[in-house]
Amino acid sequence: MPSESIVGSAVPATTAATAATSGAAGDALGSRMLQPGLDTSHHVVLYLDAISVSFDGFKALNALSLTVDVGELRCIIGPNGAGKTTMMDVITGKTRPDSGSAFFGQTLDLTRMSEPQIATAGIGRKFQKPTVFEQHSVFENLELAMSGPRSPWATLLARLDSASRDLIAATLERIRLARHADRPAGLLSHGQKQWLEIGMLLIQQPRLLLLDEPVAGMTDEETERTAELFLSLAGEHSLVVVEHDMAFIGALGGKVTVLHEGAVLAEGALDAVQADPRVIEVYLGR
Amino acid sequence: MLPSRLPRQAPYALALLLLVPALHLWVPEGSPLHLSDFILTLTGKILCYAVVAVAMDLIWGFGGILSLGHGLFFALGGYAFGMYLMREIGHDGSYHADLPDFMVFLDWKTLPWYWQGSAHFAWAALLVVVVPAAVAAVFGFFAFRSRIRGVYFSIITQALTYAAMLLFFRNETGFGGNNGFTDFKRVLEFPITSPQTRSVLFVLSGLLLAGTLWLTAWLTRSRFGRVLAAVRDAESRAMFLGYRPQDYKLTAWVISAVLCGLAGALYVPQVGIINPGEMSPANSIEIAIWVAVGGRGTLIGPVLGAFIVNLAKTVFTSYFPDYWLFFLGALFVAVTLYLPEGVLGLAARVRAVRDRRAAAAGAPS
Repeated sequence: MPSESIVGSAVPATTAATAATSGAAGDALGSRMLQPGLDTSHHVVLYLDAISVSFDGFKALNALSLTVDVGELRCIIGPNGAGKTTMMDVITGKTRPDSGSAFFGQTLDLTRMSEPQIATAGIGRKFQKPTVFEQHSVFENLELAMSGPRSPWATLLARLDSASRDLIAATLERIRLARHADRPAGLLSHGQKQWLEIGMLLIQQPRLLLLDEPVAGMTDEETERTAELFLSLAGEHSLVVVEHDMAFIGALGGKVTVLHEGAVLAEGALDAVQADPRVIEVYLGR
Repeated sequence: MLPSRLPRQAPYALALLLLVPALHLWVPEGSPLHLSDFILTLTGKILCYAVVAVAMDLIWGFGGILSLGHGLFFALGGYAFGMYLMREIGHDGSYHADLPDFMVFLDWKTLPWYWQGSAHFAWAALLVVVVPAAVAAVFGFFAFRSRIRGVYFSIITQALTYAAMLLFFRNETGFGGNNGFTDFKRVLEFPITSPQTRSVLFVLSGLLLAGTLWLTAWLTRSRFGRVLAAVRDAESRAMFLGYRPQDYKLTAWVISAVLCGLAGALYVPQVGIINPGEMSPANSIEIAIWVAVGGRGTLIGPVLGAFIVNLAKTVFTSYFPDYWLFFLGALFVAVTLYLPEGVLGLAARVRAVRDRRAAAAGAPS
């Protein structure tokens, strides 16, 4: 696809400014983080404007508008059927909206990009159910996830250079799986698989991470470790976390958006949102 | 990564590869050590089958794509080389004519356009590679792009080889109809049935198998192989990481088809015939059985499987010709139920049990 077709905004591209404003940490993970083409000069990494999606007449998203700032850790809550997963599907290109616009930074029109293009542009998504490559070792899982050329020919000739090894080692440390590097991923515990999947996203140096119920099925201790991990990632990456676990959301401490019937019902700090009568009604009223 | 180190069995395999023709050529007939034409040709034929089995394993064991039409690529390679062998007959055919016998019989006056150049070995060698590759590329491109998978893909491959068989059965297609090609006299001017030619073909088949194993080892141990296996285990996940599954499937598919074509080209001069029966669905299913019996997803398993099943076939079809298909069916059912990882999986299980026993015996109680 020609690059013009994914640049749909009138805002002039100021890619050079991105480097100055992204405020990335300068460690091994941060140094490769900048994606060409992503323009976050207005400090916003994700714009959703009046997105509507309907399936056979059912409105999964109803004029949903949402913005996420660079480096923000945003939590999304909402009852079942509120449209959380559909929203993720729209952002990652799996579902096309019927109307509305979705931009990554100032210039990348997500509604016109394919799933792989969006992934390459710097949006990583963690699915609800951990899907790692069970027959491959933890190390190999990260190797496959690492950004780089994706063609068969390139992978046939690919060799791991020392920078890539360092990146994998750093990621293994970060997700606490360094000791398990050579084990088949299928033998990991549920929580470890979740971390591995988060590691597979991190190693691609995404600008925006979408995490769908990352602590589902985790033990309390694993949940706590995950919260620590996410807090350490915020700032360097922007995170959108969909969760039901209120204690976990409280531990993250970021802005919370409540979705209901495909639109934003409330937004703000967790305490404020929990005290909102409309939110209480949605969660408890019926 | 290139498999730079040869496996430690390689010298023995090479010695065996040279020993078989040596026993055929230089040990006088009548000596108990002499290997007959029959044994040499049978083994050479099975070496070609083993190449097909490894090629099948590349896409099925490592890529998760079960083809039930791989006999087609084998036959296409065989036919491509068979055209050359037909032209090598020259005027020595039954009609002593310029054209191959079957064309004279059909009262054709000139060679069809697609026979042009077939008298040249180099052209034939090129066709052996290009024809299976092109057919596989066109079929695979559409099938993988349309995300046809699993049993649907298998059924379509089965239909493809069946359709090709019907096409090749027709005399008008220009490949000898149901008789196919036979009565070859020479290959590169050497008499095709001489012990020396047979021996050379045998060694070439062995070298092709070695090359196939080396290539498959390289492919499957590179990052390419890890992506291919990732596509096999969790296709949508691999897609999400930015890999295009169809590119990986298509690459493995075309390589596999080319290997089958090469095997077919070496098979035809050894057995002396190629006809549309090679494209019958049952033949292609048998290829899958070789791989299943030997052990999917391993390198040496398919080779073992090809030898075990084909040796059994030789014995069975000479003593109980009516029961071979029953036996084959029973074998497939038994392997699926009791040996999901084939003979090699069984060997690994036996080893594991023995190690556990040894550990239990060694441990203080």
